[in-house]
Amino acid sequence: MHPVLTTTLAIGGVGAACGGALAMAAKFLAVHEDPRIEETANLLPGANCGGCAYAGCADYAKAIILDDAEINLCAPGGESTLCALAAMMGVEASAAEKKVAIVLCGGDSDKAPRKFAYNGIADCTAANSTGAGDKKCAYGCLGYGSCSRACPTGAIEISKGLATIHPELCIGCGACVKTCPRKLIHMIPASRTMHILCSSKDKGPIVKKACSVGCIGCTKCTKMVEDEAITMQGPLAIVDYTKDYTNEETIEACPGKCIKKVPAVAKAMAGRQGSTVD
Amino acid sequence: MKIENAQFRVDGGIHPVYNKHLAKDNAIQAMPLPSLLRVSMSQHLGAPAKPVVAKGDTVLRGQIIGEPAGFISAAVHAPTSGTVKAIVQAPTATGQSVAAVEIEPDCEDKWRDDIKGNPNWESLEVKELIDLVSDAGVAGMGGAGFPTHVKLSPPPNKTIDTLIINGAECEPYLTADNRLMIEQAENIWTGCRIIMKILGAQTVRVAIEDNKPEAIEAMEMAMASTEGNVAIVKLKTEYPQGAEKQQIFAITGKEVPSAGLPMDVGAVVENVGTTLAVWDAVVNGKPLTERVTSVTGTPVSKPGNIRNRIGTSYGDLIEFCGGTEGDTAKIISGGPMMGFAQSSLEVTTTKTTSGLLLLPPKLVTNYSSTPCISCGRCVDGCPMYLMPCELSQMIEAEDYSAAREINLMDCIECGCCAFQCPAHRPLVQHMRQGKGQVMIMMREEKEKEAEKTKD
Ligand code: SF4
Ligand code: SF4
Ligand code: SF4
Repeated sequence: MHPVLTTTLAIGGVGAACGGALAMAAKFLAVHEDPRIEETANLLPGANCGGCAYAGCADYAKAIILDDAEINLCAPGGESTLCALAAMMGVEASAAEKKVAIVLCGGDSDKAPRKFAYNGIADCTAANSTGAGDKKCAYGCLGYGSCSRACPTGAIEISKGLATIHPELCIGCGACVKTCPRKLIHMIPASRTMHILCSSKDKGPIVKKACSVGCIGCTKCTKMVEDEAITMQGPLAIVDYTKDYTNEETIEACPGKCIKKVPAVAKAMAGRQGSTVD
Repeated sequence: MKIENAQFRVDGGIHPVYNKHLAKDNAIQAMPLPSLLRVSMSQHLGAPAKPVVAKGDTVLRGQIIGEPAGFISAAVHAPTSGTVKAIVQAPTATGQSVAAVEIEPDCEDKWRDDIKGNPNWESLEVKELIDLVSDAGVAGMGGAGFPTHVKLSPPPNKTIDTLIINGAECEPYLTADNRLMIEQAENIWTGCRIIMKILGAQTVRVAIEDNKPEAIEAMEMAMASTEGNVAIVKLKTEYPQGAEKQQIFAITGKEVPSAGLPMDVGAVVENVGTTLAVWDAVVNGKPLTERVTSVTGTPVSKPGNIRNRIGTSYGDLIEFCGGTEGDTAKIISGGPMMGFAQSSLEVTTTKTTSGLLLLPPKLVTNYSSTPCISCGRCVDGCPMYLMPCELSQMIEAEDYSAAREINLMDCIECGCCAFQCPAHRPLVQHMRQGKGQVMIMMREEKEKEAEKTKD
């Protein structure tokens, strides 16, 4: 036979055999992925923030379909995502209330002095382990922005050595919480407006020396609210965010000047997302 | 007894300006009792002691006021007789807030009644000697503060053949150990013999850097009539030769394995101050209640080596040295290389306060760091053969496991890398931050491991 013919036949034969094998494999070994997984993933915002505690949106979608994960875990998606997911899964939407992060410290550089000039790495953990932090108050925000660097939406502003979280930008993913060496960041329901912005466990006289807007532990506010919405933990008043605390008179009454009202966030959120839930 | 030169040379290391002349010729001065002593319960490495006195109690010098809490811990004793004013939370030299006992001295300075010396210590058992050291609360006085009785009780499967007495004092400015060797060589040598007996070590090397000729001479006199494998080793002056692992290498040529301890190569290193404290604890039966601290630096009016009670505030120490002349920009507890900058003069001395250094503004620069230029000076300088430049970049990128992989945990935080870096990179701070994170990782791994074995 002509060598060209031999080669053509040989290669053609091998090709045909492989093609056949592949066709069989495709038929018998096929993995059937639930098409709903992809559909679900398309409904999620694709922020991959990890706030749901799964490794990104695709992973969460898989968990919803395969492991019956709750459908109300996506904070950035908000109500619209929740409704879409509920419609798709044919279940009732029961919204987990939207959460936002808050820094429980109000001592910026005008109010809370520093005890030395820190000239090291601009990172809160590093600063906190150098002479236990340069802020006089051993509990206050150091302001080197470790939290703001972890925030995927740039919701944390550092100004005058204090971190402030813009609730309308916060998607509630919680990434900032664990970066703070002083454990100042808490996740709270977005509808709450009244806050005690202090985390100092020091006694009154020490707090006074270290900050002009610190809780001095006078217990006044605890008596102005009902249902133990504010309780004392040692010398520090703490808001119980599961209870109702709206009494704005506490702001003026607080001798430590650490109670603050932050405009309601829930409304702003709903507007921003153009929610259609009714 | 012979004097020899160090046979090996540590790679890396630096030659900073030593400035020892400020205080090296000033004889040790005992400081009178201050009006208040604040004795921290964290005097040593390991768990802080538990206070066992209450407000209003009267105490005698040498009475236990803090009991050791755990295996790696040491007892704390009242530094003088007086009344307990309060138990407070006070900052230590590293800034941590720890319980402290405030004592108002009654100025009689009366010792506990049952103090009794053991001039014939040679007839005591090893166990009894260790107990005496442990009861006296002796902890490493070179700086790290490792409880001495723990160091002197190596596990039975380790034989210690070499005892090294560390008189290198390689930190710039500090001169306390130098003075101790000049003034109390005999007692240091007795302390050394006690430790020899405890460890059963045959070889003894007293390591002194060659910038302390008087100390070498004094130790030579004290040891002259000793038989056996005993020698003074003259080290070429270089920082950080006072660091345990570097010193062992310079003298024996043996390298302590990564993550290992000196006892892994059959050596134990004790600082001269600690050796003296062992002598005091055994021969005089006295608990550790005082130490010598160099108060030095150009702003100090009368720099000196001050014998002070543990719990003396930095402010009182500086006042005793005539206060300051001219501006002070930085106050450091310890030496300039490994010490801790202070933000308050309320901090008090502990068993590990080797020095209090004041620096004038012209020696303190506020610089900002720039990116690494890959010059390699830090690699050259690192006595632990690490690559600080790589490590620091990994830590900056928060890739702690990669840094751990290339032996971050071996860093001794000596500062040789940062000292030389032309880009002023905060290398040591990066190392400290990274080590802290790896420590957390290790703890988590251990917990997971423990959980696994439980299931
Ligand atoms: S809130 Fe915490 S992490 Fe954020 S800047 Fe303040 S100290 Fe740093
Ligand atoms: S501080 Fe650490 S990395 Fe830097 S030279 Fe010393 S041992 Fe090496
Ligand atoms: S000395 Fe500084 S600039 Fe040079 S390689 Fe090391 S880190 Fe980089």
